Amino acid sequence: MTKPIFRSWVLALGLLTATAALGAEGDALDAAHTNIHDVAAMQRGARTFFNYCAGCHSLQYMRYSRIAQDLDLSEAQVMANLDTTGDKFGDPAISAMPAADAAKWFGKAPPDLSLEVAAKGPDWVYTYLKSFYLDPTRPTGWNNTVFPNVSMPFPLWELQGVQTPVYAPAQPGHDPQVEKLQISQPGLQTPAQYDRTIRDLTTFLQYVSEPAALQRERIGVWVLLYLAVFTFLALLLKREYWKDVH
Amino acid sequence: MAAAHDAYKPDNKVLAWIEERLPIIGFMRSATTDYYAPKNFNVMYYFGSLALLVLVNQIVTGIFLTMNFNPSAAGAFASVQYIMRDVEWGWLIRYMHTTGASLFFVVVYLHMFRALMYGSYKKPRELLWILGMFVYLALMAEAFMGYVLPWGQMSFWGAKVIISLFGAVPVIGNKLVEWIMGDFLPADATLNRFFALHVIALPLVLLMLVVLHLWALHEVGSNNPDGVEIKESKDAAGRPLDGIPFHPYYTVKDLFGVGVFLLIAAFIIFYQPTFFGFFLEHDNFVPANNLVTPAAIHPVWYFMPFYAMLRVIPSKGLGVITLFSAIALLFFMPWIDRGKVKSWRYRGAGYKVALGLFALAFIWLGKIGGGEGTWIGDTYIGRALTGVYFAFFIFLWAYTYFGWEKTKPVPLRVTTHD
Repeated sequence: MTKPIFRSWVLALGLLTATAALGAEGDALDAAHTNIHDVAAMQRGARTFFNYCAGCHSLQYMRYSRIAQDLDLSEAQVMANLDTTGDKFGDPAISAMPAADAAKWFGKAPPDLSLEVAAKGPDWVYTYLKSFYLDPTRPTGWNNTVFPNVSMPFPLWELQGVQTPVYAPAQPGHDPQVEKLQISQPGLQTPAQYDRTIRDLTTFLQYVSEPAALQRERIGVWVLLYLAVFTFLALLLKREYWKDVH
Repeated sequence: MAAAHDAYKPDNKVLAWIEERLPIIGFMRSATTDYYAPKNFNVMYYFGSLALLVLVNQIVTGIFLTMNFNPSAAGAFASVQYIMRDVEWGWLIRYMHTTGASLFFVVVYLHMFRALMYGSYKKPRELLWILGMFVYLALMAEAFMGYVLPWGQMSFWGAKVIISLFGAVPVIGNKLVEWIMGDFLPADATLNRFFALHVIALPLVLLMLVVLHLWALHEVGSNNPDGVEIKESKDAAGRPLDGIPFHPYYTVKDLFGVGVFLLIAAFIIFYQPTFFGFFLEHDNFVPANNLVTPAAIHPVWYFMPFYAMLRVIPSKGLGVITLFSAIALLFFMPWIDRGKVKSWRYRGAGYKVALGLFALAFIWLGKIGGGEGTWIGDTYIGRALTGVYFAFFIFLWAYTYFGWEKTKPVPLRVTTHD
């Protein structure tokens, strides 16, 4: 059973239906379509994370050993390819960059990303990673349509290429708004390949936000089946007892 | 119905020895097999026993969370992640606790609405209703303090907003706010004391109130969807003709209710534990930071109707008074409603319409309380709905006091059963 089916089932139950509808976010974010049960995607995402992100961003609540266990990787593979800081296998993935220096260099220390997807949602992270564009007015030279005036430079540019903005005609008294972004200098990946790269990266970060989700969704089916049988038997028992109520 | 434990003599010698000194088996019998409940309970009558089930769940899972939680501003957030990642089954225990907290309010709101539908607050159940209202108050305090403990952004800012309500008290307001927080902002001292109140003080109060609530219930007996007093029609042996022993009839029926409830709860716990950001809010995955204000601050969903009243009323003092009177008025339901007919099945159309509008206003206010607060229309709608909420009580009093209500004849005996 897939998540959308479960979701509609819950809504059909009518439990908080009115308020639940509020949960759907109205922002124009691209759907990430992540699947945390796709181990290969998470392995690719982990590789991208440790090659491009881990220099600055930590995953302070995520141990290398847990990544190895959940992503079907050996200790040797993780230590050789992901753990580039020399930390122990059981340690959390802490960036080698000192936070105080980072705050000096970027104006703000790069946030820990352990719970980024839980806080912002996978669609936000996915869309954010494809919304960087060249902006000479910014200190880093980069800006972002999802997160305006972001402090982060864009390390994935060599994959995506360089995007430049197309502005909509400005309203009187307002600054022109970015209408869309277009790739002015191609990167190492085609747009389709790049979308997959950041989808995998988002999938990995979604897993990192809640590693228990793998176990949770695996055993949940059995719990529900057990409870369904229990409830059915309870119904039969109730009917049996209530036969003599007139 | 005679107090059965006076007469009960077990055959087993050991049990008889105990029973002579502590009549506990007799007490159990009087509360179960000798306790007669109306046979016509419908689906609305599941929520009392479900609330008790959730209370037990909260206590048991709470004990295990306490073993691994670090009640300090510096360590709370990280210790929650420790529970979620490193403690064996910690994620399940925490999700049972967080989902349980929200479902507690779902079943309690339905339980309260049931009382309004069938007039369960009316004589002789006034005190039962008032004790229930105190349970609700204690539950709100318990839930609020529990929400502060994970020390995320919403914990911090929600605490700041709610505690600052006490600043509306004349003269001593600001001092009172500092006294509650133990600091000028929600801080380590606040978290420490909220932890103590959440895990010891309020659970004790809650348990005591629940015992009193059940005690009062067993004295006056349950109401039912017909609003008929079953004690008024008894057989020769003194048993209510429309009553059936709570055990085994309602224990097996409630067992089925428990099954359905657990199916829903398990589905949420295993497949939608944040419940679309309502049970666990997105902003609470960001550690508390007193320098960064979240885009929208609001309490958890179960406080939103009251929070909306606060939001739409421009004066803080007036808003706080409105908020507290919205809850306080409910205590007086037994005396606001002068009608003698209990169940809405036999009440005038005015009552049904008013109760429907009241429920609609409550839910819609909740929607506004949780919204972005950017659309000015919400403010006006919110004020109108607040008016509807309070108008319910005024209308109900006038409707019944001046005898405008046209009731239908109430049957002598209950009309339906499973």
